[in-house]
Amino acid sequence: MLKKRFHAKTQRTQRRKGGSNASGAHVKFDRPLRLCDPLRLCVTFFACLLCFSACKREQRQFTTPPATFKSYDVTMSDIRPGVGGMPMPVQNPADQHAFDANEGKRLFSQYNCSGCHFNGGGGIGPPLMDEKWIYGERPENIYSTIVEGRPNGMPSFRQKIPDNQVQQLVAYVRSMSGQLRKDVAPTRNDSMNARRSEQRTERKTPLQTTEPPQ
Amino acid sequence: MSHEEEQRNISHEKAQKAHKEGRSDKWSNSTISDEELAEAMRQEREELEKTWARPSGVWGWFTDTDHKAIAKRYIVTAFVFFLLGGIEAALMRIQLAFPENHFLNPDRYNQIFTTHGTTMMFLFAVPIMTAFGIYFVPLMVGARDVAFPRLNVYGYFVYLIGGLLLYTGFFLNTGPDAGWFAYVPLSGPAYSPGKRVDIWAQMITFTEISALVGAIIVIGTAFKMRAPGMSINRIPLFVWAQVVTGFMIIFAMPAVMLASSFLASDRLIDTHFFNPAEGGDAILYQHLFWFFGHPEVYIIFIPALGFISPIIVTFARRKIFGYVALVLALISTGFIGFGLWVHHMFATPIPQMGQSFFTAASMMIAIPSGVQIFCWIATLWGSKLNIKTPLLFVLGFFAIFVLGGLTGLMLASVPLDLQIHDTFFVVAHLHYVLIGGAVFPLFGAFYYWFPKWTGRMLSERAGRWNFWLMFIGFTLVFFPMHQLGLNGMPRRVYTYLPETGWGTLNLIASIGAFVLAAGVLVFIVNAIWALRAGIVAGDNPWGADSLEWSIPSPPPNYNFHNIPVVQGRYPIWQATADAPIVRGLNTKKRETLVTSVMDAQPELRFDIPGPSLWPLMVALATAVTFIIGIFTPWAFLVGAILAGITLACWFFADPNYENKHARETGDKSEHVSPRAELQPKEV
Amino acid sequence: MIQITRTIPRLILTLIAALCFASCGGIQNAINPAGPNAQNISSLWWLMFIVCSIVFVLVMIAVLLALRKRTVEAADRVPMLEPSEESERRRRNVVISLTTITVIILFVFLIASYSSGRSLRLNDPTKNGLSIELTGHQWWWEVRYQDVDASNIFTTANEIHIPVGVPVMFSLRGADVIHSFWVPNLAGKKDLIPGKINTIWLQADKPGVYRGQCAEYCGLQHAKMALWVVAEPQEQFNAWRQNQTQQAVQAASDVQKRGQQIFFSTTCVMCHAINGTPAGSNIGPNLTHVGSRHMIAAATLVNTREHMAQWIQNSQTFKPGNKMPQHNLSDADLQALVEYLQSLK
Repeated sequence: MLKKRFHAKTQRTQRRKGGSNASGAHVKFDRPLRLCDPLRLCVTFFACLLCFSACKREQRQFTTPPATFKSYDVTMSDIRPGVGGMPMPVQNPADQHAFDANEGKRLFSQYNCSGCHFNGGGGIGPPLMDEKWIYGERPENIYSTIVEGRPNGMPSFRQKIPDNQVQQLVAYVRSMSGQLRKDVAPTRNDSMNARRSEQRTERKTPLQTTEPPQ
Repeated sequence: MSHEEEQRNISHEKAQKAHKEGRSDKWSNSTISDEELAEAMRQEREELEKTWARPSGVWGWFTDTDHKAIAKRYIVTAFVFFLLGGIEAALMRIQLAFPENHFLNPDRYNQIFTTHGTTMMFLFAVPIMTAFGIYFVPLMVGARDVAFPRLNVYGYFVYLIGGLLLYTGFFLNTGPDAGWFAYVPLSGPAYSPGKRVDIWAQMITFTEISALVGAIIVIGTAFKMRAPGMSINRIPLFVWAQVVTGFMIIFAMPAVMLASSFLASDRLIDTHFFNPAEGGDAILYQHLFWFFGHPEVYIIFIPALGFISPIIVTFARRKIFGYVALVLALISTGFIGFGLWVHHMFATPIPQMGQSFFTAASMMIAIPSGVQIFCWIATLWGSKLNIKTPLLFVLGFFAIFVLGGLTGLMLASVPLDLQIHDTFFVVAHLHYVLIGGAVFPLFGAFYYWFPKWTGRMLSERAGRWNFWLMFIGFTLVFFPMHQLGLNGMPRRVYTYLPETGWGTLNLIASIGAFVLAAGVLVFIVNAIWALRAGIVAGDNPWGADSLEWSIPSPPPNYNFHNIPVVQGRYPIWQATADAPIVRGLNTKKRETLVTSVMDAQPELRFDIPGPSLWPLMVALATAVTFIIGIFTPWAFLVGAILAGITLACWFFADPNYENKHARETGDKSEHVSPRAELQPKEV
Repeated sequence: MIQITRTIPRLILTLIAALCFASCGGIQNAINPAGPNAQNISSLWWLMFIVCSIVFVLVMIAVLLALRKRTVEAADRVPMLEPSEESERRRRNVVISLTTITVIILFVFLIASYSSGRSLRLNDPTKNGLSIELTGHQWWWEVRYQDVDASNIFTTANEIHIPVGVPVMFSLRGADVIHSFWVPNLAGKKDLIPGKINTIWLQADKPGVYRGQCAEYCGLQHAKMALWVVAEPQEQFNAWRQNQTQQAVQAASDVQKRGQQIFFSTTCVMCHAINGTPAGSNIGPNLTHVGSRHMIAAATLVNTREHMAQWIQNSQTFKPGNKMPQHNLSDADLQALVEYLQSLK
């Protein structure tokens, strides 16, 4: 037993010193597990970095967060008396989340917005995929439109559609004219497609108009 | 021992010795002394080492084409993915250990089970089997390198980038969450918003390119670069398995390319391949995917069959029983494997008559598998066995894979499948056949070939602990799942209600998962320890028969100083004292012998390309194309141009550009086709 | 050492086997059949299970016997390259006969499977009188009972009643993604695929409640998309069916009226329908007779007042990611709403 161990040890020492193959030439030993691989180190480092950041586009929130804006905060005009500055533009968080924009698309047809606005081309209601906005194109304007309703036929959905879903609808409505980032905007739906998907829609510069719907 | 056996022993030993020293008995009558001969051989080996020297440093890591180095990289990378996939499995088992557990929310759980399946199938199983082929096929057929060394480098980098893509997505909350086979419409644009599934679809492209590259290399090497004398009926079973796998990859991968590309284009550019409202079909996706998906599991399983044959032959120390039957069984498994795919779709409205055909085919594939099992048992029967760890894992394979195959027969039957499809019964079956049929032989192969890679033996004692922990752990995890499936538990559920009564079996399974993990941990510790302090292995610690054991451990860069002329199916065992060797290959540039397909008659001396930066560049161009292609279709145009430029640079690059020695000596490649000399040259 | 290390795993395996066979009953169990389809499949299961177990045991015995002769000799003893003709011939015969037996067993399985499959197909679809259209949504089941008389057609959700001993024909559709209808005690599963119509028939031979669950991964709440199949005697079924075709019960007490008012003034009315009232949306499950259902939330929660209140207020706690939003109703409002809904029997 001891002999074996001693023998093994001698062999180990020999090996560590750099053994030789049958012909006596020096052969380089390759270790299959090189912990100091430069590439592996870089990869590990970046992977760790990335772990601590989050990808906003893919965020999904299932509990109902409080609304980002309230409809009575909305003003239509840019002119104000006195020297006070413009109100800070409010971001719609749903604009950054692909999941929310997609939910907005689902809700648009399920809540029958398409009953008046059709696939964005309008009909009974004004078109939503063009650049013309009667009541403003900002998220808080659209939020106000949905929650308060508007003259000449837009119903008020206050209490009927929860705040987070209104925000999802706002994101979707904006995506119809290409206002959302391309990787966030919804793509084609699994039904008859009447127009290009929102992701492939060109971004239109919004235009304030006072034309009433025809 | 009889007089004949004694004589056989003596001539056997003499032949081994002579073979090692690179000479044949024919020289015993020459005028050169033994010392002069040894000196000449030593000088040749030095020149070979210079010619085949691997580039060093970081630059060298990116340009090295040595097939053994690339294969080891594949193995380490695939093993890291195996561990990541295992961690994901452990997380899933923790979540499922108790009913209504809140360890993981459903979104996270869905990403984890999808990434677990995707990692194991695409990033671990296929690449590691390809890696064994890339390492051992040239050694077993007696070649100095693979057929396409630079393509090999490209394949590895494409695989690495694909894996990094998937895991970057996973850590950024953009991991795919539609299952490892991502059925539409769930994975389609309407029900999987964001880029999660797009990342999955593009990762498929990377791993599929890498697999195709591996297949081409293995087939090319196995068919055209065999040592003289290794006619087609003498090819080792390991190499046969790799060749069959290579062909399966070539026929199966295009189907998944179509499935994933159609899915990606549905999501990115509004095509309607899978949109029923506009004329598409959701089942088309299933057909395309499973036409690949079923052969995929055989692509994983058949190389493992190739590991088992050499291990059994070595430890039984007798020739394999039924070589021809085994080869035919491998080929027919590969062939029939393409006719089974609809058995994944028995619950769809495909007509019953059509489905029954697939039942018949799915049952029929048990026949070649059965033949193989019987032949192996016949080989083991009556032989005196030294049960070392590799053989232990092969025995584990028998226990586990046979059970998995039998549950497969149950799943093949349409009516029974309609009860157990998409339940934990299927989860049990697939893990029995994949872990039993592929991972256990793989671990056996690790123990068997670790001495060849590193020159050291893994610890036998730790090996036994490794095996039993894995075997017991595996059984605890997956055996109860059969019952869970019959008890009504569907697959891919993030939790279950307490009233269902599934809690006990799930808890047992979760405990087993940690036992299994402990087994894998023992292996890792064993490997790290053995690298430093394992028993030194000589050339042939197991006394095996195939050619990779006739060269030092680890092998020199050039593999064979003198390519042997093979005299039988068991080259080392059947080598006679006067076995010829191949002489005359250039030692100043990288050259190997190309031989004919059927009889391995030498045909030409072939220049093997050396290290080069261009494969990495083309891999980066491919990466740019497909990664940015997740976000915009213009990437394909830009990427195609980039890939075209880098490919052109690759094609026009000097094959020996990085090989300083060749450049310095000005020895340009010469394509001559004289037959290589088989007689000993005057030195 | 080998002896011990082989006995322990055997013990463990026996223990596992015992545990497994301990749970053969249950209302969601494929080998506890309650109808002809499931019975058929269960017989096939037992045939295959017994044959496969015998085969497995025999193969394992063969492997263990092959390990009889062992040695610890060094690795350089002479390999056996020329075994005797006789032993090779014996082995060949054994392998050939085993392969033949395998082929025969496979044929037996094939024939058993095929004949089992034939009996699963309903030969005369006009024979039975009950036809149900089942549509799978994310993550609930829309159940629509068909009839030649249009006034007998009604829609309900997540709970199916069928008469005992009568074959029921289901036509299966997917509304959004692929789902799978599976009631293990009664039949195998069939997928609900958008764009296609799949059919399955099943029959319950014993009265009782059987739980089914979606068996094709369909998103976040696939795990909790279950349904109940209640098999009852014909008279009881007729009574139930008659009730289901009626419009909703009128709100009687003040609390119920208040509850109905709340229903119409909050988000409920946007998604749920109650026949006989202005609420007519079919995005979510039909609530006309929700008070008479055993379970709510796709067979996730027992239908009690408390559960219903919790579900309405905090559905995301029970099923994170499902399409029903959370609410912020005051206690009184919530109680009134629940009172109204529970009155819809």
